[in-house]
Amino acid sequence: MAESSAPPAPTPTGPALPLIGKSDVKPTWCPGCGDFGVVAAVEMAVKRLQIPSQNVVIVSGIGCSSNLPHFLNSYGFHAIHGRAVPVAEGIRWANHALTVIGTGGDGDGFGIGVGHFIHAMRRNVDLTYVTMDNQIYGLTTGQASPTSRMGQKTKSTPTGVIEEPIDPISLALASGATYVARGFSGDVKQLADLIAGGIQHRGFAFVDVFSPCVTYNKINTFDFFRQRVYKLESAGHDPTDLVQAFARSIEWGDKIPVGLFYRTEKPTYEDLEEVLSAGPLLSQKSGLKGREALLDEFV
Amino acid sequence: MSDLTVCIGGQAGDGIASIGETVARSFSRLGLHVFGMNAYQSVIRGGHVYYQARTSADRPYSQGDGVDILYALDRQTVDVHAAGIRPGGYVVFDAEKFAVTPGELPAGVTALAVPTLEIARKYTTQSILQNGAGVGAVAFLAGVPLDLLHAVLTDSFGNKKGEVVDWNLGASAAGYHFAEAHAQPHASAVHRAGPPKLLMTGNQAIALGAAAGGLKFLAQYPMTPASSIMHWLAEHSHSLGIVVKQAEDELASINMAIGASYGGVRSMTATSGGGFSLMVEALGMAGMTETPVVVVDSQRAGPSTGLPTKTEQGDLNLMLGAGQGEFPRAILAATHPSDAYPLMIRAFELAEKWQTPILVASDLHLSENHATVDREEVPLDFEPAPLVTVHPNGHDYKRYQYTESGVSPRAVPGQAGLQFIAGSDEHDEKGHLVSDVKSGIPHWVAERARMMDKRMRKLEGLRHEAPPPVLEGPEDAPLTFVTWGSTVGAVRDAMRVLAGLGKPTNLLRFPTVFPLDPAAVRTALGRAHRTLLVEANYTGQFGRLVRAETGVELPERLLKYDGEPFSPHEIVARALEVMDHGGK
Repeated sequence: MAESSAPPAPTPTGPALPLIGKSDVKPTWCPGCGDFGVVAAVEMAVKRLQIPSQNVVIVSGIGCSSNLPHFLNSYGFHAIHGRAVPVAEGIRWANHALTVIGTGGDGDGFGIGVGHFIHAMRRNVDLTYVTMDNQIYGLTTGQASPTSRMGQKTKSTPTGVIEEPIDPISLALASGATYVARGFSGDVKQLADLIAGGIQHRGFAFVDVFSPCVTYNKINTFDFFRQRVYKLESAGHDPTDLVQAFARSIEWGDKIPVGLFYRTEKPTYEDLEEVLSAGPLLSQKSGLKGREALLDEFV
Repeated sequence: MSDLTVCIGGQAGDGIASIGETVARSFSRLGLHVFGMNAYQSVIRGGHVYYQARTSADRPYSQGDGVDILYALDRQTVDVHAAGIRPGGYVVFDAEKFAVTPGELPAGVTALAVPTLEIARKYTTQSILQNGAGVGAVAFLAGVPLDLLHAVLTDSFGNKKGEVVDWNLGASAAGYHFAEAHAQPHASAVHRAGPPKLLMTGNQAIALGAAAGGLKFLAQYPMTPASSIMHWLAEHSHSLGIVVKQAEDELASINMAIGASYGGVRSMTATSGGGFSLMVEALGMAGMTETPVVVVDSQRAGPSTGLPTKTEQGDLNLMLGAGQGEFPRAILAATHPSDAYPLMIRAFELAEKWQTPILVASDLHLSENHATVDREEVPLDFEPAPLVTVHPNGHDYKRYQYTESGVSPRAVPGQAGLQFIAGSDEHDEKGHLVSDVKSGIPHWVAERARMMDKRMRKLEGLRHEAPPPVLEGPEDAPLTFVTWGSTVGAVRDAMRVLAGLGKPTNLLRFPTVFPLDPAAVRTALGRAHRTLLVEANYTGQFGRLVRAETGVELPERLLKYDGEPFSPHEIVARALEVMDHGGK
């Protein structure tokens, strides 16, 4: 039987292997874009965990933020709009020795791709999903997004948004995510901690990031968040308490929490998928040679 | 024996499909070739369903044109099917349930009332056991030995309680002996013909072929008539080491499959037209990122929800055009489980070799009906080649390198020093996108065109590799059928009927529907005296493709779009019309 000659990824250690760094592609984001902080935090987190860049795959959808994989020198898959999560799941299942990080925006993850987001969480696939949430569609020049607040005027809502926003944190808690956090791209150090925690966490880790659009969202700006965010860890929040996490998740106004809302341990999808107990799928045998008994059921 | 067809009819929930499969499997175990058509409706209980098991000396490729033994579990079955019973035939029914008068049956057909309910009551209050008594009577009339029927029944119950098996063995023996006491076996009753044959559905052959072709990951969303591909693979997932994922929708299915393929394993999804419509955007992504993926579209009658349990070949235009822009693809079409199996292996080989989506066209008629194959037709010795085409070589790895064939060296995550971005945006040789600050700049305008040229060279490679149309039948026949997919089956059977009438015909079929090699197709069509296009759709989609690719018009057509598969007699009638009167 044929075996793939691709080596399964080694365990994420080994200083001899090159670590992640910037690629030779310069980001094309607007000067001052929140996403610069996010790419820096991803790089810091992966580097800190000493995961060789060859064992990291960063997957994204479409939108300004989804260009992120191009700016780091790991493997990457820049997919179509809304489909980063299922592509990332497929990669994990093909080779669960890899570290797979999903990235994208609020339109990508909570609009066109929201179904995949929810199902990936209930499966507890061992992914880290980082959303750069700027509450606006940037690449298409400023329409309302699923997280735009009521009343916000945009090109598609000139008299103001008239539907309630999705709250990604509550949605994640309700959908069974086992690591739920929120960061702010104005605080790269904390964000890197949250992302590193997510990568280390076994199961679906969700990190929503306030990542302001400096061009099209004049309401939810860096200043807007700087004046409002407070750290859950400094407020006595217990991240093992789901009820507390829900209560914190719906806070919005003068005080907006950032940090780790919730963490719990559950078997991952990969733990429960028996086929993967034999090792990464790409290292397993394929074909039916020698399986003649299989035909007996058709007699 | 010449040709024997048993039809079992009743309501959904009566167990018709399992009686039908029992009869079909009894024939295949006797070494006979079988075609078993399971006709059902989009209801779980009630309505009218039937199973038609046909066996003949020559391998039957369709449900045929008549019935010899009708087992009617309800009165409607008699109303619908009695007129199709051939002289010498039987209607098996239970007079306790309804009456059948000889006058309403065709001449020479015998009504045989079998007390199936009465027999069942000796064992249980569960009326479903009447089926056991009925199938016993049918077995006697059809020439199936009782011990063979008992072996088939025992196996079909698998893990069920011994009591249920014993009741069925008892009831079927009683039914068998009742028929023996009151009737003669049918004149075309079967006899053992050789070692057992394998009885499988098209979907089982597709699933088996996929596994043989190296499939390691299937993601699928339930949709008739593709679902049983997932069922078979799910059942064998652990033993074969294939991850089977029922996804949240078809969008996820194909995107997961593309992700898994990028991750390094052979991957597939399967669906019907509605789900395939949802996969269209991601199909283009597979083309753009040059990620292999195999997609099976088991067609059903459309448009929209259409007739979920009825057949059609109406998705060809969709498969040809699915996805914005242009990218290389191939569309392969199976005709029968015996060629669906190798076709799937081929699909995986082509997808890997050309790093692009390969579509496999099936349809309900192929996917869900039973047919026999010989063991030699499903050789399991194929060894999928290793995937990786490039090894760490230092500095200048280009995932999308320009090459003569258009195929670029492929790496998978985990390989050192070969990191690249697979991008759905247009990109350069290294995978860097050229869609933003570079687009429109003269150098990159030229690069975009070069990258399109590179990708599209793979279409020419696929075209070059496409097998020429296959000719079946005498070379120099006055009429050549032009057909594809499962419709080939009824055409083959029609050709036999026509030969019996002294009207030789041949057929041209197309294992690769797209891309066609225009020269090869023109040559093949050029040898035909007269052609008749036969396909199951309204507009003659394949005929249009042939004309577009070759300039050859196929003026005589037989198109069917009522949801039912072609019957040989329909094809015979149209062929005679074309041959005798020059068509309409």
